[in-house]
Amino acid sequence: MNIVVCIKQVPDTETQIKIASDNKSIVTDDIKWVMNPYDEFGVEEALRLKEKFGGEVTVVGLGPKRVTESLRTALAMGADKAVLITDDALEGSDSLAVAKALAAAIKDLEYDLIFTGQRGVDDDMGVAGASLAELLGIPHVALAVKVEVAEDGKSVKVHRPVEGQTLVIESGLPVLITAQKGLNEPRYASLPGIMKAKKKPLDEKSLSDLGLDSAQFGQEGRKVKVLELTPPPERAAGKIVEGETPQEKAAELARLLHEEAKVI
Amino acid sequence: MAKEKLFKGGEFLITDALPEEIFTPEDFTSEQKMIAQSAEEFGQGELDTRWEELGVLDPDLIKSLLKKAADLDFLGAEMPEIYGGAGLDKVSSSLITEHLSRGTSGFFVSYGVQTGIGSLPLVLFGSPEQKKKYLPKLASAEMIGAYALTEPQHGSDALGAETTAVLSEDGKYYVLNGQKQFISNAGFADLFITYAQVDGTQFTSFIVERQWEGVSVDAEEEKMGVHGSSTRAVIFKDVKVPVENVLGEVGRGHVVALNTLNIGRYKLGAGTVGGAKLLIAEAVKYAKGRIQFGKPICEFGLIKHKIAEMVIRTYVNESMVYRTARLLDLALEGIDPTSEEAGKKTGEALRKYALECSINKVFGSEMLDFVADECVQIMGGYGYIKGNPVETAYRDSRINRIWEGTNEINRLLIVDLLMRAGLKGELPLLDTIKKLTEELLTFRPSMETAEGVLEEERKMVSMAKKIALLSAGASVQKYMQKLAGEQEIVALIADMIIEIFAMESALLRALKKLQKEGEEKARIHVAATRAYINDAFPKVDLMARQVFAAISEGEELRTQLMGLRKLARYTPINAIALRREIAESIVPVARYHLTRI
Ligand SMILES: Cc1cc2nc3c(=O)[nH]c(=O)nc-3n(C[C@H](O)[C@H](O)[C@H](O)COP(=O)(O)OP(=O)(O)OC[C@H]3O[C@@H](n4cnc5c(N)ncnc54)[C@H](O)[C@@H]3O)c2cc1C
Repeated sequence: MNIVVCIKQVPDTETQIKIASDNKSIVTDDIKWVMNPYDEFGVEEALRLKEKFGGEVTVVGLGPKRVTESLRTALAMGADKAVLITDDALEGSDSLAVAKALAAAIKDLEYDLIFTGQRGVDDDMGVAGASLAELLGIPHVALAVKVEVAEDGKSVKVHRPVEGQTLVIESGLPVLITAQKGLNEPRYASLPGIMKAKKKPLDEKSLSDLGLDSAQFGQEGRKVKVLELTPPPERAAGKIVEGETPQEKAAELARLLHEEAKVI
Repeated sequence: MAKEKLFKGGEFLITDALPEEIFTPEDFTSEQKMIAQSAEEFGQGELDTRWEELGVLDPDLIKSLLKKAADLDFLGAEMPEIYGGAGLDKVSSSLITEHLSRGTSGFFVSYGVQTGIGSLPLVLFGSPEQKKKYLPKLASAEMIGAYALTEPQHGSDALGAETTAVLSEDGKYYVLNGQKQFISNAGFADLFITYAQVDGTQFTSFIVERQWEGVSVDAEEEKMGVHGSSTRAVIFKDVKVPVENVLGEVGRGHVVALNTLNIGRYKLGAGTVGGAKLLIAEAVKYAKGRIQFGKPICEFGLIKHKIAEMVIRTYVNESMVYRTARLLDLALEGIDPTSEEAGKKTGEALRKYALECSINKVFGSEMLDFVADECVQIMGGYGYIKGNPVETAYRDSRINRIWEGTNEINRLLIVDLLMRAGLKGELPLLDTIKKLTEELLTFRPSMETAEGVLEEERKMVSMAKKIALLSAGASVQKYMQKLAGEQEIVALIADMIIEIFAMESALLRALKKLQKEGEEKARIHVAATRAYINDAFPKVDLMARQVFAAISEGEELRTQLMGLRKLARYTPINAIALRREIAESIVPVARYHLTRI
């Protein structure tokens, strides 16, 4: 069973985000970059399937050189090889363009399963996975919390929670599955894993290596444009309701909710 | 670019190193960062989530977590690969220690013993058979180790142990009798590295298994802190130890004991860096949320001062620890871990840096006590209440000044080691001091402040070295071999040496960052370095005056103080503004932000 996992590098969720002076992007200077947490579930699931069925796990990332670090982390967890699509022309690309580049890199690989995260925790678009499946002409099952590959390795059942119920979807292979929280507990990279990762192959590809036209990428190639980023409003200070007795406080609270907050 | 240099132990005191010659946290390789990240994730996932449980002694929990750590190879990090370890460098293993050191004493004490004093004696001095027998089991947590050196009547002077070992008539085993005191892990350890006198005077190290007849432990001690850890007396009553379990040579137990403590000491510094970083994050988060007089307390100058000072000292400690770790790595380069001689050579190489190791121990333990104390203060009454991790940290931190050799013993040791290196000719101390004394007669301090970022501080560090050397030289001249008896003077000299290593490690790190990344990116590194040096330098001057005032009088004292004044010139800077800048830079991110992994 050969599996491809797509990896996006995103700012650590604890990062304090600052909006850049163009009001359309964020200041990336002091950001700590990590593997998108949803992609980690994908890597873990791929490794577990590999342990059961054999085969190879290839991780594919896209972005500047620093993305190498996240790919190495996946290699340290146990993936076998990595591909990094890196090209200055990619800077500012939207999800569709990203999917196109990923498709070009993946189409010549051998795969039975592709995992992506259900969304990136940075832009929260959630379309790269579906677009990639479309471009590769394979089915797509989103939001997996459980993946059961049939013993013969020919089909897969995917569980997705829906309003407290579970939807079980069956698909033939190859298929693209997007991972979400609950799918598994990703492993830590072990020391031997980290040391082995150094020697595992990591291929770099530019857009022209993939036979793509750089005009379709970057800011120019965007189908979806960011108009403006605004920070969330500052939270106003809380208010302590005054009063001698609980009754008085309750009356005051009711008055405030009615007159000031206008919610009752 | 000049290359990293293998400085001799103590050489920092007589040579001004260049930034590119030392290692700094900005030089971590991507692999080292990944290792740190892996330890950090383990810490967050397995330890932080069990903070409460790990604060009460629970051997089963400790053992299961050690097993999990073993599965990632954290326990065997420093053991040779052929014995089930990972054979990692000291920088990497220090990073693991730093990131696993997170206020959960149940794990940390046990992990510290298992990977440090409980297994290092075997790594360094074990025979191939002993290593083969025990190391894989320690690396996999199948066996839990302990280090039993201290006795009820012999703590600091542990080499005077009263436990006896008598060789059996058939020459096959030693019979051990005696008691060891305050032994970490004792409650559930399977293996004790211990010490006893053969023939009354031959201090010797032994490997003793818990299951052997005659080995027993006393009740758990009730302690001020580290409540999650096990501390008990261990009693040996007619324990038959096969001669194969003598560790090292008979009569050379001190070599095993001292070299082991040595590594334990610098690693303690790596642990204190980790502990301090977590406390800083706690303190800043709290100070941002706590409103008094209508604003968050982090906006008050006095709180900013505290936050900045916590960051500064942590930064300095961190700079020292990784500089030292890399120095040890360079010293160990070329030793084949599979060779018969590996342990001995390793021990010898490490012994040369005992001075730096002791410095890290003293500085780290006092830094963490300071940080924990200020963290409690920032939280006011809430910091004093049980259930707040900061209250626990405050009590837990205290042990670091006591174990692995008390800070007093380590201070005495620092000067003792330096004097020995001088006497043995390993360091040209006497020549340097002689030259300095001559130079000083004609020396004219420049009246101008040096141009360029950190240039003034570079000069101050260089001058501090001269001041310390002159004080040490004058003291030796006065007391000769009897200097050790003048402990107060020795401790002053030790403190000057510690400050010099601290100042210089921070300075070189900031300079290196400055050269590589420019002024804006190095802004807080530079501010922290300047604030630290501008406080420490006058302290060194004051200590030198105290030394001279104690050893000289009259005309001689006047001349000495005049010389000192020439070296100790400096113009105070606005360190208040620097500290505000540092505090304001950390408040938005609410965590220690000078190192990226
Ligand atoms: C929680 C805990 C865990 C421990 N774990 C271990 C362990 O795993 N293995 C182990 O072997 N030991 C362990 N110890 C023991 C520890 O290492 C000793 O307590 C320490 O070495 C000090 O010895 P002591 O307590 O006998 O103090 P003492 O040696 O009696 O010292 C008392 C005071 O006198 C000072 N002093 C002593 N000698 C001199 C001198 N020559 N000049 C000036 N001042 C001096 C000391 O600095 C100290 O301030 C542990 C202790 C504790 C509390």
